[in-house]
Amino acid sequence: MDIRQQIAAVRFGTGPRPESPLPDDPLAWLDAQTRGPGLPLAPPPGRDTPPALEEGYRAWVAHDASPPPPGQMSPVTALFRAEQQAWVRHLLTSDAPFHDRLTNFWLNHFTVAERGGFGVTTGFSMYLRDALRPHVTGRFVDMLVAVSKSPAMLYYLDQTASVGPNSNFGKRSGRGLNENLAREILELHSVAPASGYTQADVTEFARIMTGWGVERLRAPFDTLFRPGNHEPGEKTLLGKRYPEGPEAYEAALRDLGTHPATYRFLAQRLVRHFVADTPPPAAVARIEGVLRETQGDLGAASRALVRLPEAWGPPLTKLRAPLDYMVALHRAAGGTDPGPVLGAMSALGQPLWNAPQPNGWPDTAAGWAAPEPMMQRLDLAYETAGRFARRDPRQVLEVALGPLAREETRTAVSRAGSTRDAITLVFASPEMQRR
Amino acid sequence: MTRTHLPHPHLPGLGRRGFLLGLTALAAVGQARLAVADTTGPAQIADRRLVVILLRGAMDGLHAVIPYGDPDYAELRGALAMPEPGKEGGALDLGGMFGLHPKLTSLHGLYGEGQLLPIHAIAGPYRTRSHFDGQDLMEGGGLQRLESGWLNRALTHMPESAGQPARTGLALGLDLPLLMRGEAPVGMWAPPRATRPEPDLYARMAELLHADETIGPAVTEGMRGRGYAAGALSAGAPLANQGGFMRLASAAGRMLAQRDGPRVAALELGGWDTHAGQAGRMEPVLTQLDRGIAALRGQLGEAWSKTAVLAITEFGRTARANGNLGTDHGTGGAAFLAGGAVRGGRVLANWPGLKRDSLFENRDLQPTRDLRALAKALLRDHLRLPAGAVDAAFPDSGEIAAEAGLLRA
Repeated sequence: MDIRQQIAAVRFGTGPRPESPLPDDPLAWLDAQTRGPGLPLAPPPGRDTPPALEEGYRAWVAHDASPPPPGQMSPVTALFRAEQQAWVRHLLTSDAPFHDRLTNFWLNHFTVAERGGFGVTTGFSMYLRDALRPHVTGRFVDMLVAVSKSPAMLYYLDQTASVGPNSNFGKRSGRGLNENLAREILELHSVAPASGYTQADVTEFARIMTGWGVERLRAPFDTLFRPGNHEPGEKTLLGKRYPEGPEAYEAALRDLGTHPATYRFLAQRLVRHFVADTPPPAAVARIEGVLRETQGDLGAASRALVRLPEAWGPPLTKLRAPLDYMVALHRAAGGTDPGPVLGAMSALGQPLWNAPQPNGWPDTAAGWAAPEPMMQRLDLAYETAGRFARRDPRQVLEVALGPLAREETRTAVSRAGSTRDAITLVFASPEMQRR
Repeated sequence: MTRTHLPHPHLPGLGRRGFLLGLTALAAVGQARLAVADTTGPAQIADRRLVVILLRGAMDGLHAVIPYGDPDYAELRGALAMPEPGKEGGALDLGGMFGLHPKLTSLHGLYGEGQLLPIHAIAGPYRTRSHFDGQDLMEGGGLQRLESGWLNRALTHMPESAGQPARTGLALGLDLPLLMRGEAPVGMWAPPRATRPEPDLYARMAELLHADETIGPAVTEGMRGRGYAAGALSAGAPLANQGGFMRLASAAGRMLAQRDGPRVAALELGGWDTHAGQAGRMEPVLTQLDRGIAALRGQLGEAWSKTAVLAITEFGRTARANGNLGTDHGTGGAAFLAGGAVRGGRVLANWPGLKRDSLFENRDLQPTRDLRALAKALLRDHLRLPAGAVDAAFPDSGEIAAEAGLLRA
């Protein structure tokens, strides 16, 4: 077998499954996943359609009117949990795992988190399915605009509460700016601090976006612009002037999303994610160039990524983050139940869609490889092996690692005293913890 | 659980040293007392304890340590202003000018005993208002981002001996903060899972992993830490079980109390990024901080008298409320120093005032004191580390003198 087939499934995918043969032509297989919208994402379990914003907002109002007794899950949270189940089941069974990895990458780039409250959880289905996922192989700037206007993001970074201090409502109520979203779009989502923006830019950008918020109590049950909250007057961001009015927010986002500093930042992050913790400068320059030449075409950038020589050798340079790790274990054993994966995420320090801070999860080994977290992995390797103890350990090893398996690992697996121990050793091996 | 003398023939890769470091400790879980009693290590390890609590998300110092006596306080803070001491829901008085948030009752008790020193109008040397830069710089200790933390670099100057069962440094929780990353190996502890493999299977996993340059050392260190913690935590009453931070703080106290246990521990507590509805959102976090420090004290027992606890945050928040009864990212803030070794019962502040012209950029509390002055004093005067260690912890900080008089003689 060509080792590149295995590398493609491990490095760019979520790990092989026994039911899905490795692709004959790895590059063609990866390319195909960068064209079009990706596989359909099934609705949450027990539903025909994903929850619309309005349904979540009505559940939120009902929750506030009569909160469930302690220990009982709010219907709002239940909708969110169901969406988590749907996504992890998709990850476990999908035959387009590169597209899924790209989706997870951009979800982390544009972090929103459950700890942000019902504004995030009610908006998450729409955020994942409509704002983010359609663009992961489209143009970056379109994704930036879509997520920056999506209710989950507007709530998560407090834009729903920001008011122009000199707007009609601001003057009447004494309320004012909340600059959280403005700062994080500049710092984390687009041009990044290396571009040299200042506090004045943050404040001006916050003024530009005043008026944009969410109406959750009545139609449209969605994002909307409230002229009465909008700060009057012209604003200046990164030296460019923007007129008063609702159009300025998207205009500013389109300038930020196509800024050369943004392409440099995104190239750095993509190469760090798919190639190495310390991104090789030549690889970064290559991806940056593609983004610049294509005005931020993420499909083209993805196809350039899989053609980087650095992405194929040496293999296994990256430590799998906990979600990648747990999904790879379950896929290797043919698992399709999202429950155990979701249940393990807190113990491994990466509860799904609940990063502690807006900068998301770390993307380097240093962020995950501390002593106790690695011990938790060994415990979970053992726990997970117990779920699949009737599988043939040699088959699990061949599926998961194939030509990437080291001789030491094969020997240790063959000498194990039980199938559970043998599968534990496959799962705990360094090859399995890397991609 | 069976107790195997751990195996050698089929573990050629690990070597005797690997065993001494990690696996013997793990195998000794059930006979921990014996293992500890067997230790022939030097009893000469320092008896001072230092705990650093990282308050992630930027604690609003003006809401935690309330300058109710400042003539501009009430107007500046508006709806966020807290009532004066003696009024319903009022601040807990700290001597006429400042008061603690009413949820900080244990800390107020410590203040009364002369064991709490609130510090105000303090910040690191950076003026970033980014959490992520701010935290990295606060933990790194330099003027630029560093790959290791100031506490870890200080630890490299605290000698460990081969016979000492615990590492000198201990991190609690599932993440190793940058503060504790670096060359000095650090022990870790997190609450255990219900089922765990037998020691022999751990040994086989460790053997497979030992050559991996990232995972191998982490697993060896993890085994060592678990072996030690199992012994240290097996004696005494069950740990506090309310809430994650309290439990971690209890475990830290229990391990630090051991004669041959760790001496320096790091904990984290998030939830301080209160952009909206701050009054309600800060209460549960302040409560956790308060109860966590109380639990730490409870478990430390006599060792509390040799302990200093430093709680710091990456920066303060805007002095005025924002449009949502919250506060945005700011500059100067508050810190806490607590412990039996601390000369407390007073507030340490060169108070800049809250007049418009006194605020930093007409926005934030003006910092008049540098966080590094506190940390340097703790390294020098509390842990009694040599000047070289303090310089290594805080490079390019020559102009910042260690704060004098923080500690009891």
